[in-house]
Amino acid sequence: MRTVIKNARLLDSEADYGLNDLYLKDGLIEGYNLGGEVTEGDDAAGKTVTPAFIDLHTHLREPGQEVKEDLCSGLSAAAAGGFGTVISMANTNPTVDEPGLVADLIAKAKAVGQARLKPAAALSHGLKGELLTDFAALKTAGAVMITDDGIPVADSHLMRRACEYAAPLGLIIQTHSEEPSLRQNGVMNEGMVSQRLGLPGNPSSAEAIMIYRDCELALMTGARVHIAHISSRRGMQVVEWFKEQGAPVTAEVTPQHLTLTDEALAGFDPIFKVAPPLRTQEDVDYLRDALKRGVVDNIGTDHAPHTQAEKEQDLVAAPFGIANIELAFALLYTELVKTGELSLVDLLKLLQSGPARIMNWPTPKLKPGQVADLVVLELEQSYPVEAANFKSKAKFSPWDGQKLTGWPVATFIGGKQVFQRDS
Amino acid sequence: MMSTVAATETTLTKKRHLLDLQDWSAEEILALFDTSDVMAQVMQRTIKKVPALQGFTVGTLFFENSTRTRLSFERAARAQSADVISFAAGGSSMSKGESLKDTLKTIDAMQSDLYVVRHAVAGVPYQLAKWTDAIIVNAGDGRRAHPTQALLDAYTFSREFNGFDGFKGKKLAIIGDVLHSRVARSNMTLWSKLGAEVSLCGPSTVLPKELEFAGVAISDNIFEAVEGAHAVMTLRLQKERMQAGLLPSIAEYQTRYQLSEAVMRLAHPEALIMHPGPINRDVEIAGVLADSERSVIEKQVANGVPVRMAVLYTLLVGKK
Ligand SMILES: [Zn+2]
Repeated sequence: MRTVIKNARLLDSEADYGLNDLYLKDGLIEGYNLGGEVTEGDDAAGKTVTPAFIDLHTHLREPGQEVKEDLCSGLSAAAAGGFGTVISMANTNPTVDEPGLVADLIAKAKAVGQARLKPAAALSHGLKGELLTDFAALKTAGAVMITDDGIPVADSHLMRRACEYAAPLGLIIQTHSEEPSLRQNGVMNEGMVSQRLGLPGNPSSAEAIMIYRDCELALMTGARVHIAHISSRRGMQVVEWFKEQGAPVTAEVTPQHLTLTDEALAGFDPIFKVAPPLRTQEDVDYLRDALKRGVVDNIGTDHAPHTQAEKEQDLVAAPFGIANIELAFALLYTELVKTGELSLVDLLKLLQSGPARIMNWPTPKLKPGQVADLVVLELEQSYPVEAANFKSKAKFSPWDGQKLTGWPVATFIGGKQVFQRDS
Repeated sequence: MMSTVAATETTLTKKRHLLDLQDWSAEEILALFDTSDVMAQVMQRTIKKVPALQGFTVGTLFFENSTRTRLSFERAARAQSADVISFAAGGSSMSKGESLKDTLKTIDAMQSDLYVVRHAVAGVPYQLAKWTDAIIVNAGDGRRAHPTQALLDAYTFSREFNGFDGFKGKKLAIIGDVLHSRVARSNMTLWSKLGAEVSLCGPSTVLPKELEFAGVAISDNIFEAVEGAHAVMTLRLQKERMQAGLLPSIAEYQTRYQLSEAVMRLAHPEALIMHPGPINRDVEIAGVLADSERSVIEKQVANGVPVRMAVLYTLLVGKK
């Protein structure tokens, strides 16, 4: 199979190759402007082609929570969002704490044929924070990351041993850093707004304290620790401080923590309930500034789908999480690039080379011989978010109806087109 | 088609809820107090019933149990000849496979005109208001608001304070666990809106750190808070606060925050003592003070019915 994408602006996080015809062959990038016979062809005039994005933080809910999402809906949603590879979180039912479950997920995802799946495995059995899982066997089965994400690891001794054990295996530990005894039953950021709304708050100190512990353990053990979804100024400052001292830590932020504040809860809609919580404008500004200063290593979506009924409960009963993988790029492009805060290349870095470097994967580039996982972006057009048409099972969104610019219009995985936006 | 849409929009914008006092003006509140006077007269008659709300159905929807508040609302509805349907809903219903919206939709099929809602979580009355065409009256949501309690507190003060000449220049001191109290929150909103000065006092662990209200002072010193106050309101001390590590002990609380005769000597000579009930005698308030002439605690309970009658009447029929 040989495909050509014509007249596209080719861009990756390292170079702008200008307008070219891009040839794909046998799942790889063949080269530019080669000519000759093709099986399929597309004209991408006015569009931009770049390596498909990598999401290190996706909740796909399989096994056991298929009412919220499954591999088919979730990986299709990922592809529709321009993501070529996603790491699935292990907080499913059962939790992904056995090698057989990892192997199952990989086999099923292959059959789905959408975005590529690299599963994360649980750090502790059942995410109970008591006993370590078999890291080596999980790695052999295909797990690429160890994490109890969704539930903070409360026991510092367990976290220390996890770090020590993972370090020689070259496994990355990802942490959901919130000190449970301090966050308590908080449903939103603790501050002026939670005070006004009368909702139990979760102070950013709960995040900063746990990030401190996790970074300290990374420094102590030499383990690669990836701090997920940093939401607060204080949390980010702790990571920066440890980075300056050479701790082997990396930092992730999410689209929601870069674009929404705790004021979003003013209408008491649990759609905005997320962990860690949406913070203040000051925090959002600080996180954006951290992006500009290059302190952030990747943007992870923390795509966390739930059913609409689960979100139509009171704010304590409703679960944490926002489904966003299909609009993440358009949201970031609209809020950060179009406003001039961040260059397009810097945004691409956070979705391509950044996450790849964290995982020790090759940098995604538009070079001949590279795997043809590509996304075609329409950077000039604006369309409203239509949550009802999401591939994800969570067909509602905090941004529903909002006009965003920069939608993915086609996605190729291994040279094969798996997504085409309906115009 | 166009006209139907327009009509719906008008009814929507016209519809009035009592979710929180923040959305009510001082004039509307004072008018409500005048209506409460009329209702109080009704409650003095031999036959304590008027046909004002005949044909209307009021549903009491209590997700959190509170017999006192529910009975007060039901009395207020029945005294005006409204039909009353009571729903005692359990906590979270998702375990039964039903969302909050599902629960409401089921109840809504019985067509109440107004729901009186109590829930342990802040914001539920707001959520319900989005999902029903009926009017919502908040009867207490989490630690957020308890507007009818604040209304009856302020109403009681205005009718009982000797020589009352308006809320301007008056000072209300609220003593206790302010942070977790919807009564404190609604009272500070209401009294500051009416022009009074509000002083919040309690151990610093249960005081708000920052407030967006003008005219509200925060202090952990009871003498400072009560000094010159025209009304002193103490809040019930929940014993769970000790277990949650928010307070050291009852003894320490009594020593520092109990409303005693010594403290009351600093207040305005005519100052009234208030409590939203039920009281912990000799914990947050000295028993002798609760029983004293300055205490209007029983008046507060009695005024609950006429004030709630006025609320139901104003929302369902409107001010004439
Ligand atoms: Zn998490």
